[in-house]
Amino acid sequence: MTQTNLNRLDNENPIITFEDVHKWFGTFHVLKGINIKINKGEVVVVFGPSGSGKSTFIRTINRIEEHQKGNIIVDGIELTTDLKNIEAVRKEVGMVFQSFNLFPHLTVIENVSLAPQKVRKMTKLEATKISTDLLERVGISDQADKYPGQLSGGQQQRVAIARSLAMQPSIMLFDEPTSALDPEMIKEVLDVMKELASSGMTMIVVTHEMGFAREVADRLVMFDEGVIVESGTPDEIFNSPKNDRTKLFLSQIL
Amino acid sequence: MRLVLKNQHIKFNVVINTIRLNLFNSPLNTILTCVLFPLITYVVFNGVSWIFTEANWQGITNNKRLFLIGQYPQEESWRIQIVLIFLSYILGILASLNKPVFYKISIGISSAIFIIGLFPEEFMQIESTTRLWILSIGAGIPLGYFTRNRFHLNSGKIIILGSIGIILSYILLRGLKNSEVIPYVSTNEWGGLLLTFFLALIGILLSFPLGIFLALGRRSNLPFFKGISVLFIETIRAVPLVTLLFMTLIIVPLLLPEGWRLDRVGRAVAAITIFSGAYMAENIRGGLASVPNGQIEAAKSLGLNTFMSLYLIVLPQALRNVIPAIVGQFISLFKDTSLVVTIGLLDIVGIGKSVVLGNIDYINTQAEVYLFLAFVFWIFTFSMSYISKLIENTLGVGKR
Repeated sequence: MTQTNLNRLDNENPIITFEDVHKWFGTFHVLKGINIKINKGEVVVVFGPSGSGKSTFIRTINRIEEHQKGNIIVDGIELTTDLKNIEAVRKEVGMVFQSFNLFPHLTVIENVSLAPQKVRKMTKLEATKISTDLLERVGISDQADKYPGQLSGGQQQRVAIARSLAMQPSIMLFDEPTSALDPEMIKEVLDVMKELASSGMTMIVVTHEMGFAREVADRLVMFDEGVIVESGTPDEIFNSPKNDRTKLFLSQIL
Repeated sequence: MRLVLKNQHIKFNVVINTIRLNLFNSPLNTILTCVLFPLITYVVFNGVSWIFTEANWQGITNNKRLFLIGQYPQEESWRIQIVLIFLSYILGILASLNKPVFYKISIGISSAIFIIGLFPEEFMQIESTTRLWILSIGAGIPLGYFTRNRFHLNSGKIIILGSIGIILSYILLRGLKNSEVIPYVSTNEWGGLLLTFFLALIGILLSFPLGIFLALGRRSNLPFFKGISVLFIETIRAVPLVTLLFMTLIIVPLLLPEGWRLDRVGRAVAAITIFSGAYMAENIRGGLASVPNGQIEAAKSLGLNTFMSLYLIVLPQALRNVIPAIVGQFISLFKDTSLVVTIGLLDIVGIGKSVVLGNIDYINTQAEVYLFLAFVFWIFTFSMSYISKLIENTLGVGKR
C-alpha cells in the first residue's frame, strides 16, 4: 500500500531526485545508496538518530557537502563538479541552519537584502523592499536595523528564514532549525514554517518536532546508519510503522 | 553657604581616604610611598625644568626644514604642500562615508591644524606664509567631505581615486626628467619626516593587501599557492629587516629587467613591504581561522560565489577580529622605517644623527635631539593605537 502510494507520487514530475547516492567522510560511509524523489510543493520531514546521515543528506541537496557516487538532480539540474550548475542550484534552494549562521557584522535588513543584490542583481531599493516585506511576514520588521547579536534565538532563526526566502527559492531546506532554541521560542519558528508550508513551498525539514511533522508533513522519512529505513505519510509512520528501528526510535522520542 | 562648606569638607575627606587606602594601607606600601614619592617628584621636576630652562633646542629649531623634508629643494617644497592637501582631501572623503572613525580622525586633525594655523602671534611666532601653508592643508578636509556628499562616491570609486592620487603624488614629488615645471628630485634627496611618512604610508598600503593574499594563499587548497605562501612567509620571517634592506639593495637590481632602475627609496619600500607583509599574513590568517565555517556555508547556500563570500562575509569578520594585531604591525612598521639609516637614507632619525654628529655647534645637544625624536615617534604611534581603539569600538556594535 505504502509502496504504491509513493510510486504514484514519484510518477509526477519530481523536483529533487536522488539515485543511489553514496558519501564517505574519509573511510566512514555516511550515505549508503540513497534513492528518493521529492515532488514540487511536498513537505518532507527527515528524522532519525544522530549520526544517521540525515544532515549530510540535506546538505548534499545544495552541495554544501559533495557526494562521491550516484546522481542528484535538483530542479532539472544535475549536481556535478560544474560550478555553474552548483551556483544555479544554490539560487533555487534556500537553507536554514541549526545555528542560524546570520552574518554578525551586518544588520538584520542587510543580512536579508545582501544576496538578492549580489546574486540576483537587484537594486538596493528593490532588495530592501522585498526584505522589508519578508521581515514583516516573519514578524520582526521592527528589528530591521539591529544586529543579529542583539536578537533572541527565535528572532535570529526567523531572520535566517527571511534571508533564505529573499532569494525567492523554489525549495527550502531546514537543518534542525529549532534544536538550538529555548522551548518558548520553538513555536514562533515553527509557526513561520507552517505558514510557509501552506503557501506551497517545497520543504525538506530535518527535525525531531514530531508535532510539526504530524501536522504539516506530506511524507516522513526515517534515516538510520546512512540508509532510508522507512518512509510514508505521517499517519502510516505514527500509527503503523513497519520497520523495527522506526518503532524503537519513535517509542524513544514520542 | 554652610552646605557648600560641608560639601568641600566631605570632598577633602574623600581625598584623604583614597590616599590612605591606596598609598598607606600596609607598612610596605607606606615605605614605598615615602621613598618613591620624593624620587618621582625630583625626577619630574628636574626633567621639566631642564626642558624649559637648560636644554638647548637650537639643534632642532635651526634645522626645522631638514627634520621635515631633508635635502628636498626648498623651491620645490610646494609639491609636498599639494600632496598634503590631497591626503587631507582623501581623509575628508573618508570622513563623509558615515564611518565615525574617519570622522573623528579628521575632526582631530583639522582642529589641530586650525589651532596651530591661527595660534596668537604673541605666544608663538609663525610666519604668515607658513600659516597659510598649514591652513590650506586643513581646508582639504571639508573640501573632501563636500565632494563625497555632492557626487555620492562609493568605496570602490574612492579606492580607485585614492590609488591614482597616490601614484600621481609620487610622480609629483619625484618630478619628471626634462621637465621645466616639476624638475626631477632624486629620492636620495628626500629625507626627514617626509621620508619616514613616505616609507610608512606606502609600506602600510602595500603590505596590507600582500598580507591578505599570503594569508589566503596559505589557507588555500591548491598546493602550488600554499607552498609559495608558506615558503615566502617563513623565509621572510626568519630574516632580520636590516638584512632584507641590504639584500634588496643588491638583489632587486638583479631581478629587474635591463634598463629599469629602482632607486634606493624604492628598494627600501620593497624590503619594508615584504617584511611587514609576511607578519601581516600570519595576523590575518589568525583572523580567517576565527570565522566559523557556518558563515561560509550560509554564504554558499545563498548562492554567493567564492570571491563574494570572501569579500563580503569572511574578510570583514576576520579583519575585525585581528585589528589590534594589525595595528600593532603598522606601528612596528612605522618605527622600523628608522632602520633605513643603515642603507644610507636620512629619515627623521638619520637627520637627527647627522645634525648631532655633523655640526660642531650641536654636538652637545644629543639629548635634546633624541628626546625630540622620541616625542615625534610617540605622537604618531600613540595616535595610531588610539585610532585602532576607535575602530574596535565602532566595529564592536555587531559583536555576537
